[in-house]
Amino acid sequence: MSLAAGASVRFDDVYKSFDDTVVLAGVSLDVEPGEIFALLGPSGSGKTTMLRLLAGFEQLDRGRLLIADEAVEHLPPARRGVGMLFQSYALFPHLSVAENVAFGLKVRGGGKGDVPARVAEMLELVRLGGFEARRIAELSGGQQQRVALARALAPRPRVLLLDEPLSNLDPALREETRIDLRHTVKQTGITTVLVTHEQEEAFELGERIGLLNDGRLEQVAAPAELYQDPASRFVATFVGRCSVLPGVVEARGAGGALEVRIGSQRAPQVWSCQGGGGIEAGDRVDVCVRPEALEIEALELAPGAKTGLRGEIEVERYTGSSSFYTVRLTAPSDGFGAAADSVSVEVAMPGAAAGLSGACVVRPAAQEPPPRVFPAGSTGAGS
Amino acid sequence: MPWLVLAFLVWLVGYPLLVVAAEAFGIGGPDADGPTTEAFRSFFTRADEWNAMWRTLWISVLSTLAAAAVGVPLGFLFERNEIPGRRLLGALVALPVALPPLVGVIAFLFLYGESGLAARGLQTVGLDVSWRLTGAWAILLVHAYSMYVYFYLFTRAGLSGQDGAAIEAAQSLGASRSQILFRVTLPRLRPAMAGATLLTFMTSLGSFSAPYIFGGGFRVMTTQIVASKLNGELRMAYVETTMLALLAFGSLLLLRRIDPGLDLASGARGTPPARRRLQTQRARVAAATGGWVLAGVLLLPHATLILMSLVPPNTWTVEAFPPVLGLVNYGDLLSSAERLRPALNSLWMAAAATLAAIVVGVAAARLSLRRGGLPGRALEAMMTLPWAIPGTVFALALAAAMSVNAPWVGRFVLVGTLWILPLAYLVRSLPLTGRSIFAGMRQLDPRLEEAAASLGAGALRTVVQIVLPLLRPAVIAGAGLAFITMLGDFVTSIVLYTYDTRPISIEIQSSLRIQETGIAAAYGVLLMVLSAAAFIAWDDRSGGRL
Repeated sequence: MSLAAGASVRFDDVYKSFDDTVVLAGVSLDVEPGEIFALLGPSGSGKTTMLRLLAGFEQLDRGRLLIADEAVEHLPPARRGVGMLFQSYALFPHLSVAENVAFGLKVRGGGKGDVPARVAEMLELVRLGGFEARRIAELSGGQQQRVALARALAPRPRVLLLDEPLSNLDPALREETRIDLRHTVKQTGITTVLVTHEQEEAFELGERIGLLNDGRLEQVAAPAELYQDPASRFVATFVGRCSVLPGVVEARGAGGALEVRIGSQRAPQVWSCQGGGGIEAGDRVDVCVRPEALEIEALELAPGAKTGLRGEIEVERYTGSSSFYTVRLTAPSDGFGAAADSVSVEVAMPGAAAGLSGACVVRPAAQEPPPRVFPAGSTGAGS
Repeated sequence: MPWLVLAFLVWLVGYPLLVVAAEAFGIGGPDADGPTTEAFRSFFTRADEWNAMWRTLWISVLSTLAAAAVGVPLGFLFERNEIPGRRLLGALVALPVALPPLVGVIAFLFLYGESGLAARGLQTVGLDVSWRLTGAWAILLVHAYSMYVYFYLFTRAGLSGQDGAAIEAAQSLGASRSQILFRVTLPRLRPAMAGATLLTFMTSLGSFSAPYIFGGGFRVMTTQIVASKLNGELRMAYVETTMLALLAFGSLLLLRRIDPGLDLASGARGTPPARRRLQTQRARVAAATGGWVLAGVLLLPHATLILMSLVPPNTWTVEAFPPVLGLVNYGDLLSSAERLRPALNSLWMAAAATLAAIVVGVAAARLSLRRGGLPGRALEAMMTLPWAIPGTVFALALAAAMSVNAPWVGRFVLVGTLWILPLAYLVRSLPLTGRSIFAGMRQLDPRLEEAAASLGAGALRTVVQIVLPLLRPAVIAGAGLAFITMLGDFVTSIVLYTYDTRPISIEIQSSLRIQETGIAAAYGVLLMVLSAAAFIAWDDRSGGRL
């Protein structure tokens, strides 16, 4: 198996607008050689534009783009050494499977003997050996995706770009294809940048993830760090499930932990939270807490329970490995500020369905990482 | 690149129109004495000019009504009723759409002319009738005959796109059959009717063959223009050309206002209502007989044309039916290089124009749709413009613009050379290939081109290896229509031909003039066969999109 050489990729202070809409506002990013990097973000956050800039289908307004330390922003797509797997696959319907895979090789003037050998090698790589003569219309969605991958890899590009690579597949096929795709790409050792709006896809495929919001990178981190140590309230709420509670910082304790008062003046709860350096005692904050970082106890089982926020269980969802409870907090009149009526939290209880209902108390679970706090009303890292 | 293609199109399509309008005001050209409105004042004061303008209008209105009166009921008959032989009959009835107007006109002449087959037949059975197929009514008859197909095809398409559930809903609400027709079916046919009206009216406005052959002293604008040019009144011809172009533009804008667009049509989902089966055997036989008789009547002129082509010269005098039939005329036509030349001329000029129209069409469509913006819209407008302007106007405009040697203002002497007719054909082919190629390009996923680019392909390779193969059905459909139209072109040819480039249509006209009716008919049949062959071959390869 001849492997494609991995090359580094650098976005250096890249700006891009369409008409009056700013799509990328000074994005800088380094992707390591051979790394699988996922760009994650909501629709319109600029992730596809980053991919298209890298491929050369769009021209940047300002900044630099480097592949293997070579500036490529002025090169046409054909000369960037970038292979792309399109969301729609963009397979040439009038060509056979082999002709599709051979297209990039022939364009680059591959030797007559080399082309069939490389085509066969690529089709083997994606487990489609023997499909050479098939028409594209005769293939299933998953097979089309693999042909598109073989076609993109055949000319040995320096960087592989994947645009929502699994979005056209039905959910049952996605899981299997995702594992396949990661295996194939790792086997070639090629630097890969993929774009997705699905967190699960980014987490399973990406070794590192860049989370984009409104044309800015909110955070670049490995999946676990992104989940456990979000850099902003946006990251915390976009990645995974998260409840947001209003609170006031009481004090900064030992080791940087923040003592945050949640709930009402009459029945305050003080939670130990993690937060950035800029937050001081007396600041109003948003407390972001994952469902598994909370635990719940029914009041009828523990009528004397004093610690925890009181609430009413509204919904129970059982997913097999856990039960999820949506709890509407019942605050006294001085609690939770203006949003008192709408404050609810989600709590995950592992194991079999617990079948809880009615009044309950909610508190941080002892074993989990503490809740994160961000300045009240903030959204992104830059705000 | 977009600006280069746009500049070429503006030079070819827009510039000649500007030149002819400028010269009508005495600006530019060999007889420049302006700016002056003298020729326009003369136009507005001369009764023959006003008459031609007025006649053009009312002939077009009546032609549209007559074509609708024939085409719409036929469309209903074949789309809503299950009659024996429906598919074949339905296709036969649509056949005149593929035939050049001039062929239809001379076929009419041979059948219904004063010494035509019909008159002779009636005289033989003792009916002493005589008539002259000339003037307004003759033009109207030919127009209705050749243009009902637009209404027929649009009606069928409109009906087949309607949702049968809407009719069932009306029935369940207690509507009668006439209420359903007038309140459900016909309102939903409005987009189709608007389309057919636009096409028929604009075709009629620019019609030349029928007024030229049958008009006699009854002149419409197209024949008036050619007459003025032949009489040497060039300035007046340019004024008439400008006025006809304005009339066409005005009509187009007005008619587009009645077009409700796709809103009504796109409301249709589901399947069209089932065709009504005739209950009794007698009704089925009557319907089938009626249908075949109708098809026979509609195809009779062309059958007559074939018959006339088999009549050797000077063998048919007073008999009701030709006493001798043979292939002498075809032998003459094929054995003499001089006689065969018009056919070869038509073939190469139509082929060259079509090929060029494909190249320009693909370039314009790709640039227009991929780049967008002002040049994109301008490119599409330039490709469409020749559709709205009568052929006579373009012929005169090109004759005016390309008869002066002034390269620095984009004018070259092309009139009288080999190049002027193919160039004129190219202008008239542009909307035909353009419409089809633009539609095809709109359906093409732009990611395919990006995929080719990311794999290292340059623009040329991407077009040749990816875009063109995928556009093939659209290109073939547009090119087929353009080729057939140009093969039988008469309206531009009569203004711009030279002896060396005379096409079939001009040879038909010359043969008629010197009473060589057999040869004229043989040329007509040749044109008919070539067009039909091209139509069938292209329809097959374009996946039925022609």
